Amino acid sequence: MAKERSLSPQARSILGTQVSRRAVLAGAGGIGAAGLLAACGGGGSSSSGGDATTVRWGNWPLYLDFDEDSKTYPTLVKFSEKTGIDAKYFEDYNDNDEFFGKVQAQLKLGEDIGYDVVTPTDWMAARWIRLGYSQKYDAANIPNKVNILDSLASPSYDLNRESTLTWQGIMGGFGWNVEKNPKGIRTLDDLFAPQNKGKIVVLTEMRDTIGVILLGQGVDINKVTEDQFMNAVDFMAKKISDGWIRGVKGNEYAEDLTSGDATAVIGWSGDMFILASENEGKFDFAIPESGGTISGDNLMIPSTASAAGKANAEKMINYYYEPAVAAEVAAYVNYVCPVKGAQAEMEKIAPELANSEYIFPTEKTASRLNVFRSLTPDEETKWAEAFQQAQGN
Amino acid sequence: MSFPKIRVPYLLLLPGFAFLFTFFILPIINLAQTSTQTPIAGGDTGEYEQTLAFGNYIQAFVDNKEQFGRSFVYATLATIFALAIAYPLAYAIAFKSGKFKNILLVLVVAPFFTSFLLRTIAWKQILGEEGFVVPGLRSLHIIGQQTTLTSTSVAVVAGMTYNFLPFMTLPLYASLERIDPRTIEAAGDLYANGITAFRRVTVPLSLPGVVAGTLLTFIPAAGDYVNAAILGSPNTKMIGNVIESRYFKIVDYPTAAALSFTLMAAILILVTLYIRKAGTEELV
Repeated sequence: MAKERSLSPQARSILGTQVSRRAVLAGAGGIGAAGLLAACGGGGSSSSGGDATTVRWGNWPLYLDFDEDSKTYPTLVKFSEKTGIDAKYFEDYNDNDEFFGKVQAQLKLGEDIGYDVVTPTDWMAARWIRLGYSQKYDAANIPNKVNILDSLASPSYDLNRESTLTWQGIMGGFGWNVEKNPKGIRTLDDLFAPQNKGKIVVLTEMRDTIGVILLGQGVDINKVTEDQFMNAVDFMAKKISDGWIRGVKGNEYAEDLTSGDATAVIGWSGDMFILASENEGKFDFAIPESGGTISGDNLMIPSTASAAGKANAEKMINYYYEPAVAAEVAAYVNYVCPVKGAQAEMEKIAPELANSEYIFPTEKTASRLNVFRSLTPDEETKWAEAFQQAQGN
Repeated sequence: MSFPKIRVPYLLLLPGFAFLFTFFILPIINLAQTSTQTPIAGGDTGEYEQTLAFGNYIQAFVDNKEQFGRSFVYATLATIFALAIAYPLAYAIAFKSGKFKNILLVLVVAPFFTSFLLRTIAWKQILGEEGFVVPGLRSLHIIGQQTTLTSTSVAVVAGMTYNFLPFMTLPLYASLERIDPRTIEAAGDLYANGITAFRRVTVPLSLPGVVAGTLLTFIPAAGDYVNAAILGSPNTKMIGNVIESRYFKIVDYPTAAALSFTLMAAILILVTLYIRKAGTEELV
């Protein structure tokens, strides 16, 4: 059994000196309301359609290197300087389902949705492809495609990566307040320990929350059956009604940890990494003993993008698959970097991070991360319904 | 050139009617159509067809009666608390504020200068573990050491009361301010003491404000989901949260539409009963 790893002291110290990603978020505790965060996006969505010299990218908040002083995205600025393409960046991807709900009607009618690149998570990318809402890449425009990590090169929904490339990988596991949980959290029993009663927050992302619970129950989430899934949902519902779990939330679980309203969470590696560095090691993260989840957000071109918008989008995707650029992004966002060669580039800009298990997982670590199997449309609806009802919806 | 007299009022109605037709009638028709759809066999997520499945309504209500009940209880509580806070406030502004009247009125409206969301998130911090309220109440032994305020129904109702307070205060102020002070003086002349004059003169004359204020508070509060989403827990979800989750998370448009209709109907019935009892003339 691999020894459980937490953030190394070096990683903590180097992160302590980095630009604070979380500081940007301070006060902006997102809720599910659509479009709230749209206002925070860069640019301004005045352009109604794509034109020849722009590319419009919808991405999740705090998911691209950002310079506090100049209020710009350095890698994106460099891309624009290099190519002359005006990159409009919108941080309005708050939730997969919600984003889909906002644009689905337009996609169906073939009307411009206002983006040339979107960033859905694996399972949602699968849905877009199934429904014909995405466009295949022109492979000649993305020579850097070969740089994708072998482990990510052929997902079930896009075997040859013809219309998606991973933006960042996300690990799901346990996060905790070190003062309240001095021994750390490695198992479900550790999570549901008396000191955390009523102060546990889990993720709204079904595949991460139920995935971690299922793995804790010894179920292989790559082959999970409906009975096993419903059993895990019942487990969660019981923990909610018995007052163990305080809330089911998106990114804002991080604020609950800092405010002391939560002491233990099922959370994401990158968030916890930042929290730990900004609070002098008050928080920590680990992949559960029984295994954690891994998923990816994908760069994808919607079916409604114009030919020019598509070509520009491909140039941009190619640019972000250059190892040096990928390293620069990873140094800021701290999620799993999908690009080969980025680790070597990271040695040059932030050597301490080059050894981070959470940005560049070793094979041993990677073997402990599990992918939730893809669901049929029927299952998708039924399982989501059960998961929502368990949270009182 | 002049329009025949009779036409003018209709022409004046036109812009309002066009607006309502486009942004209210059409969406309502669309919503009604959606509410009786069922999934296409073998179709993908979010694909529905019209089958006139009126059973959707029964199913949606039965599945979520708990959240319906909660919405109306919370909205009623918030309305009562808002009335209890707003009435003395509006009374003081109308009768006792002297030259500070305008400043006080601006202060009542001031919260609107900030986003509804930011104000609600601020409540989360005020009521949170590191705010001043919880440690204060704990040291005074009013609440136990383990008791928290966020993620409780107390926080949700408090948030709604706060957020809708101006909607209660302003109509109350408007009707109190209109009361002719001479009527109160006359009550005094007829040997009514202060309390009797208030009860028999001021309160009845301010009833239009009470009716308008309670409606303006209760109706949005019953459909609110922001307070429950930010300040509540899975055990305090309201019907608005269910509709949001059905629409965006489960991509179950028919159930979301059926729930919306049921909520509208329920509010309409309650409001009708209320206005019947209070008397429609009080509204004008």
